[in-house]
Amino acid sequence: MSQSKSTKKSSRQKPEKADLGKEAKLPANAELTNEQAISFYRDMVRIRRFEERSLRAYQQGRIAGFLHLYIGQESIAVGCVSLMEENDHIITAYRDHGHALAVGMSMDECMAELYGKETGCSKGKGGSMHYFDPSKRYWGGHGIVGGQTPLGAGLAYGLKYQNKKGCALCFLGDGAINQGAFHESLNLAALWDLPVVYIIENNGYSMGTSQERSSVHPEGGLAARADGYNMNWANINGESLFSIREGVKKAMDLAREESKPSLLEIHTYRYQGHSIADANHKKYRTKEEIDDYRKNHDPVVLYRNYLLDSGLLSDESVKEIDLAAKAEAEESAKFAESSPFPPEADIVKDVYWEEDNPDQKLSEGRIFFND
Amino acid sequence: MPEISYRQALKEAMIEEIERDENVVIIGEEVAQYNGAYKVTEGLLEKFGPKRIVDAPISEAGFIGMGIGASMLGVRPVMELMFWSFAYVAWDQMINNAANVRYMSGGKINVPIVIRGPANGGTGVGATHSHTPENFIANTPGLKVVCPSTPYDAKGLLKTAIRDNDPVYVMESTLLYNHVGEVPEEGYVIPMGKADVKREGSDISLIAHGPSVIVCLEAADILKSEHGIEAEVVDLRSIRPLDEQTIIDSVKKTNRAVLVEENKPFCGVDAQIAYTIQNQAFDYLDAPIQRISALDAPAIYSPPLEKRQLPKADTVVKKALDIL
Repeated sequence: MSQSKSTKKSSRQKPEKADLGKEAKLPANAELTNEQAISFYRDMVRIRRFEERSLRAYQQGRIAGFLHLYIGQESIAVGCVSLMEENDHIITAYRDHGHALAVGMSMDECMAELYGKETGCSKGKGGSMHYFDPSKRYWGGHGIVGGQTPLGAGLAYGLKYQNKKGCALCFLGDGAINQGAFHESLNLAALWDLPVVYIIENNGYSMGTSQERSSVHPEGGLAARADGYNMNWANINGESLFSIREGVKKAMDLAREESKPSLLEIHTYRYQGHSIADANHKKYRTKEEIDDYRKNHDPVVLYRNYLLDSGLLSDESVKEIDLAAKAEAEESAKFAESSPFPPEADIVKDVYWEEDNPDQKLSEGRIFFND
Repeated sequence: MPEISYRQALKEAMIEEIERDENVVIIGEEVAQYNGAYKVTEGLLEKFGPKRIVDAPISEAGFIGMGIGASMLGVRPVMELMFWSFAYVAWDQMINNAANVRYMSGGKINVPIVIRGPANGGTGVGATHSHTPENFIANTPGLKVVCPSTPYDAKGLLKTAIRDNDPVYVMESTLLYNHVGEVPEEGYVIPMGKADVKREGSDISLIAHGPSVIVCLEAADILKSEHGIEAEVVDLRSIRPLDEQTIIDSVKKTNRAVLVEENKPFCGVDAQIAYTIQNQAFDYLDAPIQRISALDAPAIYSPPLEKRQLPKADTVVKKALDIL
């Protein structure tokens, strides 16, 4: 069988080198106060220290199942969430700790959830992949690759139905773009002008399989597939928080103002494996590649250097922020450790709204069937 | 009391709920301009307009998942599956998202969706169009499923389903759409979890759901006219939640039961009903519980054989006589 054009190896787009000093002057960033600029750094550091502390907890046997760490991708959650306004909603897949902390969930409830404790944000019932907080318009936390993409279209549909001017940010990985449900969602979003911004956090690998081995796409990259849906798309350099803000804001404005969807690809990287259980992660990529990102493309380091260079932070304050983040993470681990597990009776609670609201229950009969 | 068709009853239920609650929206393939593949939504687009009655492209995973997402914000989508057989295209959304989101969030979210459509065979449409997945739904905590067999039940249960704050999946039948029955003009709802004794009798209990209820009523007529036997026909109506009390009361009275379903046998709904009866009415049984499910193969096309594959009154009668 001959090699057709479509199987030609396509390499991951290499974004332009970040220049945060220049990007700080872009429209999305020009009005930022010093406090805001510093808070973004603090939020990224907090996410990183939380993830590192949870990694340790996992290695100590405190956390079961999967742990999909966000280390290396912090700029995306923080950059995007910083643009959210009162009618904007957010949903993501299972690499969701960063988004959770970025919208303002506490380290305590997030760590306790990992430990499976009653004090966790999902009362211990969801685990790492299922953080939710409707009060912050954060709708999870989803385990099936691509399964959240129709939900993202639904959040946008709901906003439009309720005549609210806002948008839905729906995150997915480069591994999700080939799922059928995602294509159905793109079609619906474009067909019905849904105000959804799909954001591909492209860290180069779907679990252990590189982009080159997974996906065909036009010259412009993964997001260029949007051309097939007459949808707006763009590539964004994830190593620059300011580039993220600039690029994503354009798409959010398009959604809010014109109710049009977008597909964005943000180039990023993860230092850890797909999840902590991924022992092969140093085999499917080279040490050189990982080191190169750590040294030259780390979004947290680059942003820190920008703040230092522009005098917004000193070495002293950098250290303070770091220590505070570490302390906060350590406290959350203590909180999680000392919290109780849910009682056994809780297993069959939170299954049905009616059962959890008996004073408003209208159904009769039996709904749980263990004897 | 006026007599209307099962189809008309479903439509009236939707009209009343659309008028009652501005969050209710009907979404499905061909529901709007085409007036419904089976005419259940006929006239609704003209009456309510394209915001409330929405034609979806053929993408069940997409539009059902979209409806689930919208319901988290308070929209109440009533989504039509042209055939319940198409549910599997959207299965991940219907099972992993609709059923689990409340639980995985520790109770912070609910998903007030309805998915409705015909779940039946017997119409020559072959193996991929003849599914009756109420048993799979009933096995999934977080979901509710009802199977109305009459116009009265259809209207009352669909209204309840739409008002329910949990995901409710409604199994109809193309073979029932034309059936007529008495339906009051005043508004009413039927709570879930309540079975209905469609025919009283004291000699044997025929327990069924959906179109199999009609089969049991025919069988009961034959048992009476040809054998002098008074059969009680119990219509489950609601599978999950389930009215165990009515089932047990009936078996305690008659001491014998034949369960009839269009599901295939292994893990069909009646497997649970049989367990329930022997568990709660063991001492009242004078014979083993009998069961008729669809014959255990994909739905055959050839029309006369398809009729034999599904429960028929004559097989129900025979099974009943076997234990009387």
